[in-house]
This record gives sequence, C-alpha cells and structure tokens, in this order.
Amino acid sequence: TLLSFVLSAALLQHPPLHQTYRFDLSIGHKTADDMALARRSSNLLKPLSTASSSSFLNRRPFSTDDSTTITVETSVPFTGHNCEPPSRSIDTTPKELMTFFTDMALMRRMEIAADSLYKSKLIRGFCHLYDGQEAVSIGMEAAITKKDCIITAYRDHCIFLGRGGTLLESFSELMGRQAGCSRGKGGSMHFYKKDACFFGGHGIVGAQVPLGCGLAFAQKYRKEDHVTFTMYGDGAANQGQLFEALNMAALWDLPAILVCENNHYGMGTAEWRAAKSPAYYKRGDYVPGLKVDGMDAFAVKQACKFAKEHALKNGPIILEMDTYRYHGHSMSDPGSTYRTRDEISGVRQERDPIERIRKLILAHDIATEKELKDIEKLARKEVDEAIAKAKESPMPDDPELFTNVYRKGFGVESFGTDRKEVRATLP
Amino acid sequence: MPGFISHQVAARGLSLLRLRPVAATMRTYSSATKEVTMTVRDALNSALDEEMAADPNVFIMGEEVGEYQGAYKITKGLLDKYGPERVVDTPITEAGFAGIGVGSAYHGLRPVIEFMTFNFSMQAIDHIINSAAKSNYMSAGQINVPIVFRGPNGPAAGVGAQHSQCYSAWYGSVPGLKVLVPYSSEDARGLLKAAIQDPDPVVFLENELLYGESFPISAEALDSSFCLPIGKAKIEREGKDVTITAFSKMVGYALKAAEILEKEEGINAEVINLRSIRPLDRDTINASVRKTNRLITVEEGFPQHGVGAEICASVVEDSFGYLDAGVERIAAADVPTPYAANLERRAFPQIEDIVGAVKRVCYRSLPMVATA
Repeated sequence: TLLSFVLSAALLQHPPLHQTYRFDLSIGHKTADDMALARRSSNLLKPLSTASSSSFLNRRPFSTDDSTTITVETSVPFTGHNCEPPSRSIDTTPKELMTFFTDMALMRRMEIAADSLYKSKLIRGFCHLYDGQEAVSIGMEAAITKKDCIITAYRDHCIFLGRGGTLLESFSELMGRQAGCSRGKGGSMHFYKKDACFFGGHGIVGAQVPLGCGLAFAQKYRKEDHVTFTMYGDGAANQGQLFEALNMAALWDLPAILVCENNHYGMGTAEWRAAKSPAYYKRGDYVPGLKVDGMDAFAVKQACKFAKEHALKNGPIILEMDTYRYHGHSMSDPGSTYRTRDEISGVRQERDPIERIRKLILAHDIATEKELKDIEKLARKEVDEAIAKAKESPMPDDPELFTNVYRKGFGVESFGTDRKEVRATLP
Repeated sequence: MPGFISHQVAARGLSLLRLRPVAATMRTYSSATKEVTMTVRDALNSALDEEMAADPNVFIMGEEVGEYQGAYKITKGLLDKYGPERVVDTPITEAGFAGIGVGSAYHGLRPVIEFMTFNFSMQAIDHIINSAAKSNYMSAGQINVPIVFRGPNGPAAGVGAQHSQCYSAWYGSVPGLKVLVPYSSEDARGLLKAAIQDPDPVVFLENELLYGESFPISAEALDSSFCLPIGKAKIEREGKDVTITAFSKMVGYALKAAEILEKEEGINAEVINLRSIRPLDRDTINASVRKTNRLITVEEGFPQHGVGAEICASVVEDSFGYLDAGVERIAAADVPTPYAANLERRAFPQIEDIVGAVKRVCYRSLPMVATA
C-alpha cells in the first residue's frame, strides 16, 4: 500500500517522494484551505508558537522541509570526562523531527506487540524489550552511516530496525519462521544485518565489547574512515573483558566507541549495588567519556557525532547514555520487584523520548496533534500487518537443522539425536 | 625418495591445488641424493609466511609474537617482514584479544590468534565457542568467522598441572569448530595453510615437544600452493593385525610401538595419524578396523570423554561385527599432571603402554590391573 511504502521510506530516510503531505493519512486529498483551517484552529488552542512564518498559506509542507533550521537544546548539558563536551545546541529540520517521531513510534509499537506475542506463546525463550530506550538507536543512526558498525547485546530488536531491518524480518525471527533475519535459527538475541554493518545480537553479557573492538580493529587495518559503536549495559560495564578490550583499543588507537546504555538495572540489580563507581563514562580512566541524556534523541545524535569525530582522530571514547527501560529485564521479569511503579510511570511522564519529540513538533508547528496520532495509528497498522505476514511464514524445514554449521562443510557427516536414524551431509 | 612420495599420494593425504613448478625452497638443504628435512617449527613459520604473503587480510595476534619473535619462535622473522600492523603483540589478556580477533573476522579479516599454550585458551573459551563457532549457524550463514586459534597443546616436560592439559576433546565436541592436530612437518604446513584459508573457525593444536623435531618433507609439500584436506586422516603405516589411532606426538610413539611389535611379536600394526579431530575421519578409521578387526586409541588427554571414547563409540556403532576384541584406550592418567619426573612419566602414555595394549587385543597377554 502507499501508506506502508511511505512509512518504510521514512525509516530508510529516502528523499521525499513528492510535494504533497506525506503524513496526510485521512481519506482523500485535502485542499490547502482545509489544512490551513486545521492549523489555525490548532494554533488557537496552543500557546504562541515559535514558528517564524506569518501566513499559514505560505507554510511549506513539513514532510519535505529539510532546509528550515530549527535549533533545539538538549535537556541537560553534557558532562565530559577527560574531554571538552560538545555544545548542547543542536540544529535540526522539520523533516528530521518527523522522522524521529515516526521511527520511534514504530519501534515502540513493535516492542509492545512483541510483549503480546510472547504472552500468547508465539515468541519463546528469551525476549528483551527496548521500549523507553528508542532514542539511543534513533539518535545514533542520525549521526552515522551504514558503513559504521554497530554491535550490541541481546536487547537488539530496535537496533536492527534502525540499521534498516524490516518489521517482517523481526517478527518472523521472534516467532522462529523462515522469513526471519536469521531464518528462524537465531531467535530474539541473534538478529544480524551484515550488509548494514550490524553484527548482532549477542547473548553472553560483555562478549560484544571485545568483538566490537575487533570490528574497529578491522576498520583501522583497512584504513577505513568508519567507526564502530559497541553497545553494552550497566550490567556488562563491570566485565573484565571490557577493560581488556578497552586497554587494547586505547593502546592501538582503534576507532571504537563504547556506548553504555545505562538503564540503571542489570537485570534485577540496581547500578549502585553492582558497581563501586556507577559513573560509567568515567570508568575508562585514561579513555575520555561523555555522559548523555539517553532519552533525548538530539543529545544522543550530538554525542555520537562528537564521538565519531573523536574516535577517528584519537581512538576510543565512552558514551554513557542515561536511559530507561519500561519493561523488566526480559519477559520473564515483571520489572517491579526491584523498582517502584511510581518510578517507572514517573520516567514515562517526565522523560519519554517520543513525548519529547512530540512536544518539539507541536511547539514548532510542524504537525498537529491529530497528525501525530495518525502516525502512531499507522505504526500500529504497519506492525499488525507485519505480524500477520510473519505468522504466514513457515517454520524452517527439518533439513535446516543441519545447515550453516560450517560455511564449508566438505561433505562431512553430522548426526541427529539418534545417529542410526538421522544423519546429514554438511555441504 | 620416489617411493616415499608415491606412498604419500596413495595414502589419499594430498590435495594439490594450483600445481605449479616447484619453486626454490626457502631452506638450503635440497639435493638430488639427500632427503629434504624440515623441523615442525620451520614448517609452521613457512606456512604463516606464505599465507600472509598471499592474502593481505591475514594477520597474527598474540603474546610475544612480534618483537620476541614468538614464545616458541614459530613467528620468527614475521614482524620484520610484515610490520607491526600485521604481527600484533598483545597484553596478557586472552579474553580481550581473542574477542578482538573474532570481531575482526566478523568484518572479513583473517586473524591467526596465538595462545601461548592452550591452557590459556580457557580464559578466552567463550569467544572461541559462543562468538566464533556458533555465529555462522545463529546468523543463518550471514556471519562466518575465518579465524585460526593456534598454539601448543598438551603436556610439555615438567611444566606441572596447570600447563599440561590437552584440549582436543573439549574443542572437538563443538559443532561449528574445526579442530586440527598436525604431527609431521608436512602435516604442519599443509594443515595450517588449509586452516588459514578455511572460512570457518579452526582450533589448531600443536605440540611443543614436536617443534624441534625434523621430518622428511616432499617437494610438493614445500610448494607454496600445498594444502592438506581438512577432515582426512593419514595412514602412516599400513598393517593388517591391529589399528592404532593417534594424533600429534603420540603418532611418533605409535610408530615406534609398531616397530617393536613387528620385531618382537610379529604383529603387523596399522597406524592412523588422525590429523583432524573435528571433522573426525570415521570412514578411514572404520575401514581400517574392518580390515584389522582390532583397535587401540592413543591420546595424551584425560581419558573420560576423550577422543578415544568417541572413536570407540563410533567403531562400535558402525563396525561392531568386525571387532574380534574389545576396543582399548591409552590416555593420560586420570589425575592432574604431577611435577616429579617419575610420576609425570606415569601420567602420560609411553611406548610400552601402546605395545602392551596391542598385545592384549591380540590375546598375547592377559590384562592385569595393578592397584596403587
């Protein structure tokens, strides 16, 4: 449908297709007068907007507007460790604001739908949800290219989407179907997208940090002008292998950016119970660090841009994203035995990343409340359609049990549970 | 000499890729009448050198591999030739540099990670198994990991319990890994070159005491295109009375035992050099047992859940009707390795152990269990 094409175009940040309102989701084609009327009435109900244009009819369609500059300020200034923090003033455009909103709304909707699927037992095993943390993925993608590498742990569904993965691949993988990004053989914790330099998807806490430094090693070895973002949580921040890898990254000036997504709880253990020093951005000692409001997509974007420039010149840097997850650690964790419901709802009210962008969009008159709600409805529809399509995808055929053990199997024999009954030749 | 080569070829060991006229060897001991020999150390060094020259993505990483010229001098001269970007000295942080190696392999480089001994690989074993071996499967073929983990494995001499363990059984049990165990210089060259060229993670288990040993080496094996197939065992000595499987240093012991058995007992033993723990060449082993009807397995690792246990099970499953005697295993003693020389000698297989076991399966002697 045109709508899904439009939405996926938004996610891939393609240039706009044509001049009409991309986000005009009502039936039929509204006239300019209709739109102007809607704007005027919504303006009357709002405090004075900061929009510069005097006449509504002169206002250009927001969706294609990537030339109007809007300056926003991060919620809080950055705190630097062994480095001069970047400015908290960031330039953006209406198009970027709308893209942020749309993409995060889609991510949020995907994770909430995964919650339902898990409860209806269509998703099995582990399922770690990212809702609340969307700004980290979105802000990062806005600052980098698909040739910069990202590697993360198991809370990877939205990172995958940010790298260009589709909803269908995501839901299919979660349900163990052939259309999944790992053809159903990986599961929730093992999403990959190599062509977009997304290297997973790792289940062992902390292992992804040396792996990410290895990606950076390869980038430096090949003299590329790209960097690697290695993501980990406050739980993994105490892992020894992280410090081993960081030492080598610093010794060899690897373009590695360690991103600590500090959601303040390592499974059920609060950061102050696990770390003698929970100032994770300082834990690199000789490696500079930056503390960032991870619920503010623009702060994340600015920090990642700053970090990329730093890493290409000076080697590793640590970014600590102060973020929050609304769900528990995983679907088997209610998330309320080690923190209060008030805390969770408080963060949702005060710091929700999508709400922040919504307020900015409304304050700058880029879209109306209704238009934003329509975007969220569209996201819901997209997600529902993807789930329906994913459910149609079959489970892997039995021979898939034996595929991909090796890239090159030499015709070696492998065995099923009863080796007299089931044997396979590895290609 | 020609007989030696044709024996090699007949024993289905060699796969000659891109056959070219034999280039002048790097060693100056070739002559028309004298046999060419090469130490295992030089064989490994030359293999690394050739593969690094052939593919700029190949690099070496590990402790003391560069400026120290290698803890066991396997990487001697490579730093001078290829520079510090391709021969990388690391701090003593196995988990870190093994992970960095695997990550670089994700991105298409071809690392050769050296563990000073495989005892230290336990610090990095999560990366070998969970980050390397399983990645191609979990990603349904998107992320392959063309990495080689190499280093000395098993006992040396008097290095004590923490430095003497054999890891062939542990790594050999993991789907997604390939595990190679060279014996001779030809094995070392051919298998290491194959390992580096392989698109999957390879655990390459060398032996410290073999590094200095010299073996005759054929002209084909000295050629830079030489490669041995992975997953194929080699029949080092043909026989008809009993099959002895062995790998690494134990191949030498088995060959010596076979000589003693021939001379003193008239028993004609077939010695199989496994060369590859995973994939295990079950076809060659079973074909041999179907011929000889008796089997001894020899290894330096701990007996329980060892390589011999797997071979025994495999033969019982596939060739039970052909066995004229129970399968016998010779392995390390079921104890941590002691230091005292006499106890250490009792802790690892000796030639007389192999001879004794062969005599038992040939019903030339009765088993006698001595209790301590």
